[in-house]
Amino acid sequence: MVNYFPEEVLEHVFSFLTSHRDRNAVSLVCKSWYNVERFSRGKVFIGNCYAISPERLISRFPRVRSLTLKGKPHFADFNLVLHDWGGYVYPWIEAMAKGCTNLEELRLKRMLVSDASLELIAKSFPNFKSLVLVSCEGFTTDGLAAIASNCRFLRELDLQENEVEDPRGQWLSCFPDSCTSLASLNFACLKGEVNLAALERLVARCRNLKSLRLNHAVPPDVLQKILARAPQLVDLGAGSFVHDPESETYNKLKNVMQKCTSIRSLSGFLDVNARCLPAIYPICINLSSLNLSYAPGIYSKELVKLIRKCKKLQCLWILDTIGDKGLRVVASACKELQELRVFKSDPNDVGNAAVTEEGLVAISAGCPNLNSLLYFCRQMTNTALITVAKNCPNFIRFRLCTLDPITPDAVTMQPLDNGFGAIVQSCKGLKRLSVSGLLTDQVFLYIGMYAEQLEMLSIAFAGNSDKGMVYVLNGCKKLKKLEIRDSPFGNMALLADTGKYETMRSLWMSSCKVTFGACKSLAEKMPRLNVEIINEGDEMEGGSDDRQNVEKMYLYRTLVGPRKDAPDSVWTL
Amino acid sequence: MAMSSEESCSYPEESELELGLGLSLGGGGANSKTKPSPAAVEATMAGHWGQYARILTAKDFRSVVSPKECSSSSSSSSSMTKTNNNPSCGVKRTAEPSSPPGRSGASQVVGWPPLRNYRIQSLVNHAKSPKTEEITPAIDKCKNKTTIVDKTNCGSNLNRNVAKEKGLLKTSLFVKVNMDRIPIGRKVDLSAHSCYETLSQTLDDMFKLSAVVGARRSNAEEQVLKTRRSRLLNGSSEFVLTYEDKEGDWMLVGDVPWEMFLISVKRLRIMRTAEANGFGKCTLAYALSCL
Repeated sequence: MVNYFPEEVLEHVFSFLTSHRDRNAVSLVCKSWYNVERFSRGKVFIGNCYAISPERLISRFPRVRSLTLKGKPHFADFNLVLHDWGGYVYPWIEAMAKGCTNLEELRLKRMLVSDASLELIAKSFPNFKSLVLVSCEGFTTDGLAAIASNCRFLRELDLQENEVEDPRGQWLSCFPDSCTSLASLNFACLKGEVNLAALERLVARCRNLKSLRLNHAVPPDVLQKILARAPQLVDLGAGSFVHDPESETYNKLKNVMQKCTSIRSLSGFLDVNARCLPAIYPICINLSSLNLSYAPGIYSKELVKLIRKCKKLQCLWILDTIGDKGLRVVASACKELQELRVFKSDPNDVGNAAVTEEGLVAISAGCPNLNSLLYFCRQMTNTALITVAKNCPNFIRFRLCTLDPITPDAVTMQPLDNGFGAIVQSCKGLKRLSVSGLLTDQVFLYIGMYAEQLEMLSIAFAGNSDKGMVYVLNGCKKLKKLEIRDSPFGNMALLADTGKYETMRSLWMSSCKVTFGACKSLAEKMPRLNVEIINEGDEMEGGSDDRQNVEKMYLYRTLVGPRKDAPDSVWTL
Repeated sequence: MAMSSEESCSYPEESELELGLGLSLGGGGANSKTKPSPAAVEATMAGHWGQYARILTAKDFRSVVSPKECSSSSSSSSSMTKTNNNPSCGVKRTAEPSSPPGRSGASQVVGWPPLRNYRIQSLVNHAKSPKTEEITPAIDKCKNKTTIVDKTNCGSNLNRNVAKEKGLLKTSLFVKVNMDRIPIGRKVDLSAHSCYETLSQTLDDMFKLSAVVGARRSNAEEQVLKTRRSRLLNGSSEFVLTYEDKEGDWMLVGDVPWEMFLISVKRLRIMRTAEANGFGKCTLAYALSCL
């Protein structure tokens, strides 16, 4: 009966499906649904840019308007992947420019983006509205200038944590006077100067501006003028917040802040004088999101005073300078907290700033809605983790990083297996897990048994034998991404269930015990996987020893075979 | 090792809790519902670690301490964890058996703790004064100390860019600072500043003065909360800041543009105005009021 619906009706029904998973499911029902779905699909998410080619994407979804692409493997964030490993966006833009010019939105993560790519975007897509770049590199502000100059309907320019060269610093002035459509502008990661007058004028004419995140070249007096023009802001990233609390500027800033009653999200404070923080007290009560993780100049006392006022906070990113004591205040004040990230403030740990298991336990007791955690701590105990698991059964993301990657339970000196076991057993919706500390195969047995919804698992310096990895591969049916470093998993584990890898997006193994020979045989057996070996330095000429351990291996499923843009040091077997 | 044995034994409750999970999965003493017998713990640990070393037990420590057996086996397993590099894991760090927990050389591991480069760089720029070869972080650090109160006076964007283009920004420029009647001198990094105001604020704090030449109500970025504020006493400051230039002459700080000052300064001196012979009080007061 379902087949008798005319296509227009199907299309209308499908228009209510926004999640790409739902749409993927729908397209598998039958041929006609597949066709209706593919012509009406506007947003496509590609988790690994090498899993598919741009040409095939366009031929299946000719009307795509929004494209999300991810490039390098996650561990590239931590310097484990060569800079030029890959993830070039240019071929995608080139293909879209030829075949699909109604592209409106491009969201990229961990990709190499050249100025030429940005210029091509600016030229090729007349309706281009939104550019979001996260952890990308390879471009300069010249590329941004091209986007600013040419994209007449630009609504969103969001640059998060990119490495950007800034040779000229005039990109902001390139927004023409006719540009009034900006709703979101984030240039906090840019290191250079900006034309402040141009910025002020831009803000004044973009009446729909809701989100603005400044870099540290924007001083408080300009911030004050901007806020006076844009009291409708919902999301603010302050740049520099260093000024004299006795000054006129500060007074003006305080007054204008009071009028910014729409601000729900606050971040930045890249340079900050803690004595100026009282200026933002009036808006604290409205905040649902606060990111002070780039503001090391604020010490625990001031942090605490500030956070105490943020009673409606749902998302908090902070540095470990807050200390366990500070976390107890968070626990008592921020009852609606859902996401907490506590970052290391001192990567070399020469100071004393740190949080321990006590802070985490306090948070779990005070914030039962907590569902997402990233916690860099000096130490942890099984007891604490068990308590946390009991208090907060709703975790979707749980990522723990101990300073010493193989530190045991700080009290009993036992492995932390049972603690993480409690987490996976209690949190039935857990999708993402990063484990650290002293861990044996036992923890992976627990993970395999209980973590039924787990999609991403990060392992470092853990486990004793192949059994650990096998527990995970066998047990976690929904696993999509597995990344492992410095753990004793070898060929037996790698080859135990080769079909599994086609159900996953990717597998990363570095400094493990897999040999070249095993990788070769895996590649032979599974033609729809790309098995890449990354060799930096060590010369492995052809005819290398099959018994030699592979330093870094990255494998992923793909429909398009080995890629052609790999550098010399990356071999696809 | 004797110490830790006491610690672990004083928490019998916790080990009870650990095991009360109901994870009766067999396959090792650590999973049983009862407190593990030392032998069971030993056996489990031995199964995992046994190929690396013999497990030390209370018997080995008989002469040193009289611990309960459970504690010694857990302490010995912990000590073994620390001493044993566990080569099969490919751990890229040196074993540090005597290091305190949580600090055993974690910073030597590549990519640990797992923080994005971007984040590490921005924290490092804050934590240190700019000693890097790159100009950009040096500029960032100068910006940290920029006051916004009076742009014309202070290191404005233009000054900094000009300086950068002329290659004048040095990576670090420590000069001696001496003060009258104080035998021990200090050193200050001039490249951490971009204008006279922040420099004078820093010197003010360093020498605990209530006023230094040129110090308007300025605020530098502070790493530590300072309760004392710099106040300008409108020209009649008790102290004056001078510097020796490359030609050996002593000059009043503040006359020349900042960048020029940076090139010619060799060292600084804080004089008490009563002793600033050769300047004359009136000249001095006038000079101060011009800054």
